[in-house]
Amino acid sequence: MSSAALHQHPHFFPNPLKWAARWIFTTNHKDIGTLYLWLAMIMFLVGGAMAMLIRAELFQPGARLIDPEFFNQMTTLHGLIMVFGVVMPAMTGLANWMVPLMIGAPDMALPRLNNWSFWILPAAFTLLISTLFMSGPAPDFGWTFYAPLSTTYGPPSTDFMIFAIHLMGLSSIMGSINIIATIINMRCPGMTWMKLPMFVWTWFVTAFLLLAVMPVLAGCVTMVLADRHFGTSFFNAAGGGDPVLFQHVFWFFGHPEVYILILPAFGVISEIIPTFSRKPLFGYVCMVYATVSIALLSFFVWAHHMFTTEMPVAGELFFMYVTMLVAVPTGVKVFNWVTTMFRGALTFETPMLFAIGFLVLFTIGGCSGVMLSLAPADFQYQDTYFVVAHFHYVLVPGSIFGIMAAVYYWLPKWTGHRYDERLGRWHFWLSLIFLNITFFPMHFLGLAGMPRRVPDYALQFADFNQIASLGAFGFGLAQLIFLWVIIKTIVSGKAAGNKPWEGGTTLEWDLPSPPPYHTWVHPPHLD
Amino acid sequence: MKLLKKMALKITVFLSLMLVSWRAVADYQLNMTSGVTPVSHDVYLLHMTAFYISLVICAVVFGVMFYAIIMHRKSRHPVASKFDQHLGLEITWAVIPLLILIIIAIPATMVVYRMNDTRNSELVVKVTGYQWKWRYEYLNQGISFYSNLSTPMNQRANLEPKGEHYLLEVDQPLVIPVGEKVRFLITANDVIHSWWVPAFGVKTDAIPGFIREAWAQVDTVGTYRGQCAELCGAGHGFMPIVVIAVSKADFAKWVANMTRGKVNADTMLPNKTWSKSELLQKGRQTYNQNCAGCHQTEGKGLPPLYPALASSKITLGPAVDEIQLVLAGKSGTAMPGFDDQLSDDDVASVVTYTRNEFGNNTHDIIQPRQVAKIREAAKITHQSEQSSPEVNV
Ligand SMILES: [Cu+2]
Repeated sequence: MSSAALHQHPHFFPNPLKWAARWIFTTNHKDIGTLYLWLAMIMFLVGGAMAMLIRAELFQPGARLIDPEFFNQMTTLHGLIMVFGVVMPAMTGLANWMVPLMIGAPDMALPRLNNWSFWILPAAFTLLISTLFMSGPAPDFGWTFYAPLSTTYGPPSTDFMIFAIHLMGLSSIMGSINIIATIINMRCPGMTWMKLPMFVWTWFVTAFLLLAVMPVLAGCVTMVLADRHFGTSFFNAAGGGDPVLFQHVFWFFGHPEVYILILPAFGVISEIIPTFSRKPLFGYVCMVYATVSIALLSFFVWAHHMFTTEMPVAGELFFMYVTMLVAVPTGVKVFNWVTTMFRGALTFETPMLFAIGFLVLFTIGGCSGVMLSLAPADFQYQDTYFVVAHFHYVLVPGSIFGIMAAVYYWLPKWTGHRYDERLGRWHFWLSLIFLNITFFPMHFLGLAGMPRRVPDYALQFADFNQIASLGAFGFGLAQLIFLWVIIKTIVSGKAAGNKPWEGGTTLEWDLPSPPPYHTWVHPPHLD
Repeated sequence: MKLLKKMALKITVFLSLMLVSWRAVADYQLNMTSGVTPVSHDVYLLHMTAFYISLVICAVVFGVMFYAIIMHRKSRHPVASKFDQHLGLEITWAVIPLLILIIIAIPATMVVYRMNDTRNSELVVKVTGYQWKWRYEYLNQGISFYSNLSTPMNQRANLEPKGEHYLLEVDQPLVIPVGEKVRFLITANDVIHSWWVPAFGVKTDAIPGFIREAWAQVDTVGTYRGQCAELCGAGHGFMPIVVIAVSKADFAKWVANMTRGKVNADTMLPNKTWSKSELLQKGRQTYNQNCAGCHQTEGKGLPPLYPALASSKITLGPAVDEIQLVLAGKSGTAMPGFDDQLSDDDVASVVTYTRNEFGNNTHDIIQPRQVAKIREAAKITHQSEQSSPEVNV
């Protein structure tokens, strides 16, 4: 690479307008990746602050800080922001940065579309968060916005949420088209399908899931809009509709969405574990097939979110069996990761610590997932803190740890600096400890009978709620270390060199750190 | 080695923290209840089976993983082996989970069938969810009543010490006999609620416009508490369920009492003239139980969805209009009609209360008989417009 000839990251611009114009008009995959990742970071702090408020209210029984109405707005926005504003943009940011580098492509296939799919998002989140400042309540019916609570009974601000979701969906659809086009068309010579890095594979599958279900979500919110304003009765029994139809449409989007949030994290873990085990990923082919089969199964399990709405016995059994089946490919993945570590030469830098944290806690979340799949037991678990514990165990140490592992793994590549390993470890251990203190007691709360989304609770739930709240405050504070490490690495730190990790094998480690503004102008050749 | 020690220390600290939190709460319920019905016992067994299988899986996976972490760290095992596939192993770990799943699926399937068998019930109770209370109707006994949260506002606002059953107590609990198969017909009036009594293993969504079924055959006399499980608005956390299971003889007595009590209530002092302070006192109670969820304790509401009552057109306008609004509700808004929920005394007192509180100094005093008259008039016009719908079961 004649990197010196290509222009470097310009660090300073005398003119702030020029500086803003650069980021607004950029079509460079690295710039856009960076934008996505910063958006996710900002939203993580916003959504996290909402979680802190929720846990502060639940610190003790009784009305304390916020009234029940505002509490509902907080749970709604916390969910929407964490799903659509944190995990999805962060994963897309990682894809933008890494997919072209890992497959030896000079950029994404559709760079202008790429610019647009990012810049829609700040508009969408401004729209969503603006509802907090309107007269009347912000959306207050949970991130799942079940009808008729969001239709007949929804506050006027619901329409803003609907348009925000339309925009997010548009962004995701364009982003996924771009990723699919890039992976199909722009692999370097010799990069056959079965040589694709796992991270690229998982994103390829994820992009198809997005393409399939984001239009369903768009349809779902449009039906809500029509019921609210245009006199339709999709979800209103009085007009011949059915509120349960809403849940079918929503979860037909919602369940694949769950895998959209976790599959790229599987990809990250499948890169990191081999690197720090200094050993190739065990069962690569199996891992690819497992990813594809998880994605396919995800289309046939949606009604397991709705067992308590009651359905014919045959339906109940079908959705129970298919949901249980998801455990097979997921189990294969977990076993393959463990086997990859087995007889390796392991070291435990921060990315690997997060990967191991992922492996352990995601397995726990997976086990509670199997328990939830059992329809009769689900009648007891449904809508309790057991469910809250379950999905936070797969989303926080799953998706979020996956993202954090990726950031620590590739930060030296992005910035050219090594991050502070000691601070990284502090961040990991504090996060690990506090997240367990936060979410583990929630299993007990749910089993003992505490429903989710309640602003106040009976006295027998007081102690575990207090523990969970303390854990949450600790977890929230620990994330400030993360922010600090990132900023510190950007502005200073030892030079990383091309390949900061001894065991790295993928193409990005052949490039300088930070990579020049345009990379793989001449594609590499694989043997 | 230094690193290993450091890690061991951290893990010890972590585990002891977990242990401390565990011991502090040893008296509290950690697990699902086994309950008091055949279904809840089955569900409990299924839950425990799945739990123990999960424990074994975690133990094996983490065991192998921590073995690798300790034995195959670079300092101890500097040269990694290069193996990256093994067909036999890979097939094995697809088959093992499959077998485990089949083992759990068999009992689960059996419980699914049993749960759905609502035949041969001896008593039918219709359960209707409202924002934010439950209504119970004994269809063959002609008994019907609302069940409201009875925890005083002052306890919720931390002005009084909280009682033993804080947020899990109601003014009028559901009463059912033990040993009889009771069939619940569950529906809702406004949004989706979910009727959940953990001890019965029953959680069924209450869906407006549709009726869902559940059943319970309680084997032990006692009081069982539950809550609404589906987010249903600002009062979601404040619509508990209390069921008292009594012997068949006690149940028969209760039914007789209820049917007699109803006659009494209808003829009770219809022409009593209430004093203003009596009305205000009763009005505050009625208001906090039925209205404060939306219009707020201070009458400020949550506009524009829930309008304020403080200096509003309704509370300062003609009293007749307000009474009619309370009785009939306002279509197209979240304001339900309270015609069949509130007695004449309730309506008179709550209207008096709203017209003299929140800075609304109308000095109006509404007597129950005025409400009765308006109610009567409304009924006549209503009947001439349409015949009232029958409940079909
Ligand atoms: Cu409810």
